Amino acid sequence: MDFSFTILILALPLFSFALLGLTSKSLKADLAGYAGTTSLLVITVLSYLAAWRYFGGGDAEAGFGTTIAMNYLWLNFTDTLQIHIGILLDSLSIMMLVVITTVSLMVHIYSLGYMKGEKGFQRYYAFLSLFTFSMLGLVVATNIFQMYIFWELVGVSSYLLIGFYYERPSAVAASKKAFIVTRFADLGFLIGILMLSFSTGTFDFDALTSPTGPVISQPAGSLFMGLSVTTWAMLFIFMGGAGKSAMFPLHIWLPDAMEGPTPVSALIHAATMVVAGVYLVARLFPIYAMSAPEALDVISYIGSFTSLFAAVIACTQLDIKRVLAYSTLSQIGYMMVALGVSGYGGEAGLGYMASLFHLFTHAFFKALLFLGAGSVIHAVHSNMMTDMGGLRKYMPVTHVTFLIACLTIAGLPPLSGFFSKDEILVAAFEHNKIIFAVQWLVAGITAFYMFRLYFNIFWNRTPEYHHAPHESPVTMTLPLSFLAVASVFAGFVPFHELVTSDGKAFETSFHVLVALPSIAVALVGIGLAYIMYFKQNERPTKLAASISGIYTAAFHKFYIDEIYIFITKGIIFQFISRPVAWFDRHIVDGTMNLIGNTTVAASVVIRRLQSGKVQLYIWFFASGVLLLTLYMLLQ
Amino acid sequence: MNLSSEIPLQYMLVLSTLVFFIGLVSIIIRRNLITMLMGIELMLNAVNINFVAFNHYLFPNRLEGHFFTMIIIAIAAAEAAVAIALIINIYRKVGTVSVDDIEELKY
Repeated sequence: MDFSFTILILALPLFSFALLGLTSKSLKADLAGYAGTTSLLVITVLSYLAAWRYFGGGDAEAGFGTTIAMNYLWLNFTDTLQIHIGILLDSLSIMMLVVITTVSLMVHIYSLGYMKGEKGFQRYYAFLSLFTFSMLGLVVATNIFQMYIFWELVGVSSYLLIGFYYERPSAVAASKKAFIVTRFADLGFLIGILMLSFSTGTFDFDALTSPTGPVISQPAGSLFMGLSVTTWAMLFIFMGGAGKSAMFPLHIWLPDAMEGPTPVSALIHAATMVVAGVYLVARLFPIYAMSAPEALDVISYIGSFTSLFAAVIACTQLDIKRVLAYSTLSQIGYMMVALGVSGYGGEAGLGYMASLFHLFTHAFFKALLFLGAGSVIHAVHSNMMTDMGGLRKYMPVTHVTFLIACLTIAGLPPLSGFFSKDEILVAAFEHNKIIFAVQWLVAGITAFYMFRLYFNIFWNRTPEYHHAPHESPVTMTLPLSFLAVASVFAGFVPFHELVTSDGKAFETSFHVLVALPSIAVALVGIGLAYIMYFKQNERPTKLAASISGIYTAAFHKFYIDEIYIFITKGIIFQFISRPVAWFDRHIVDGTMNLIGNTTVAASVVIRRLQSGKVQLYIWFFASGVLLLTLYMLLQ
Repeated sequence: MNLSSEIPLQYMLVLSTLVFFIGLVSIIIRRNLITMLMGIELMLNAVNINFVAFNHYLFPNRLEGHFFTMIIIAIAAAEAAVAIALIINIYRKVGTVSVDDIEELKY
């Protein structure tokens, strides 16, 4: 099977970025938008073609293999240290290609309407192309080093797009925060890569993750603090993934990242980039499952905690994009939990499949939620829930699609969110009852806060609008409708036959014992939200007052930002940076200055000899010769 | 006529030493560039006298000393031409040939 055309999937967005970035303002805004969208349409078609060829050509029973479409030796340092750049196609990366190009295409189309008339429209599309290129490069990486390079590139694109409104100080601060926090996490990722490849001698995913390969089958090496080198390496690598996927305690950048344009939040901070951490763990999953089970436990605990923690915060926030951001954290927590409780191969790999299934469905319904929120913000010109209400009359398409997305994320059958969440709950149930209980509770909270959001936007009291809100243009409603359809039907994709831990299909069964309680808890959540928010009443304020301690803490995001500020400013800057800066300024610089000043002082004395009087020089010279002559004569 | 029978070598050396130091002193104490150039010529000629004298008194059958003298005279001519050209240019630029006033290139 020939997959060499997949190089175009990488080349086109890069070309489009270069074109839009270089021509910039000399290109008309509309033209730039259409150019970017067209190139994306082409690569979407190509990705679907690749998926069709790959899944159509393989045999689910025997398992889907790995195809290297291209592998180019890029940096040849030594015989053993070589860095390739290439395209790896397996069920995981093909699935990601489809998700990324689909959501990205929808966002491109949507932005034609949403960003219309914005200053820097061409720049916006150039950055979107850069992001798409980087993200696609990340998922098709053949080796962990290529992945790291593209990993940083998506970080840069995210930074550029969060800071798109660079005239707003809050956007600048948010972009810096996102960059610094993820960069800090990437330090861990880099350390992990170096440790892993130092002990294994390879960067290549194929060699690293082959269950029969030397990496996994070799006995665990020396222990450090009770864990093997591989486990430590995998924990460090997970730190990079946790930074990108905004897992607790590295989650602080994601809510602030909502300062960027809303379609960007949909694309980068909901559907694609933030799940890169999940993708990373999934890509290296055989190592995690077989050589570093302790790291997997850590992943499941962190994921579980993050999902609960973020869900509680989401219930109190008033900015609708922040509610969605915390919801994203919570859902990524689900995916991490699923990976954490999974085993390798066959039925044991249920969690792995469920995680990627949830990644797949989440990309659609969360992108839909964000784009719907963007549509609402576009109409109301505010992010605040308090400025909204009763919008169902004004924006029918947005209303219906948003409702579908809310029902999907709440996990009601037969929408896609139900299937993927159910698989995760089953996997958790079989592995660890406590985690299952937490995730079950989170499912209820999810339903509650999503419907709190929904009722507050579309029902409840109708505030005085300065000018009546109107439905968004067709460029915005079309992606909404498409994503709504995708959210409804994505659950019927037979994931257990397509994307599994070892590439082989397995049977999944329907667990009534897990499904019924999860539906029940979702309905309870929706019911509570209905009672409290459907019509304007005093219950929410009363409830908030009765649990004011927890409510205030959650409203302030459990003071994590303040703790960070305290640790960085109060401890690190005060007790480490200041002394280091003092040492640098006074000891290191002082030594250098001393040497320089001594030289200057000496030369001030010596330069008197350079008087400019030629005859004086001659006199010195002649006297010197005479003295030498005398010395030689007297010897 | 054979000089060596009437005038001893020491006389020649005393003469050349005197000429050499007259040149040296004139370079050191005179302020005029042209005069300093003349001092240099004197020093060169003192060396010439030495060459010729040693050649004549010590190795009467050989001619290396004479040839060196020829070369030195030729080079001195060239050097004088260059030096005078430089002095003329300095004069055009600074308006003086007094070495005391030409001291920009210090420090």
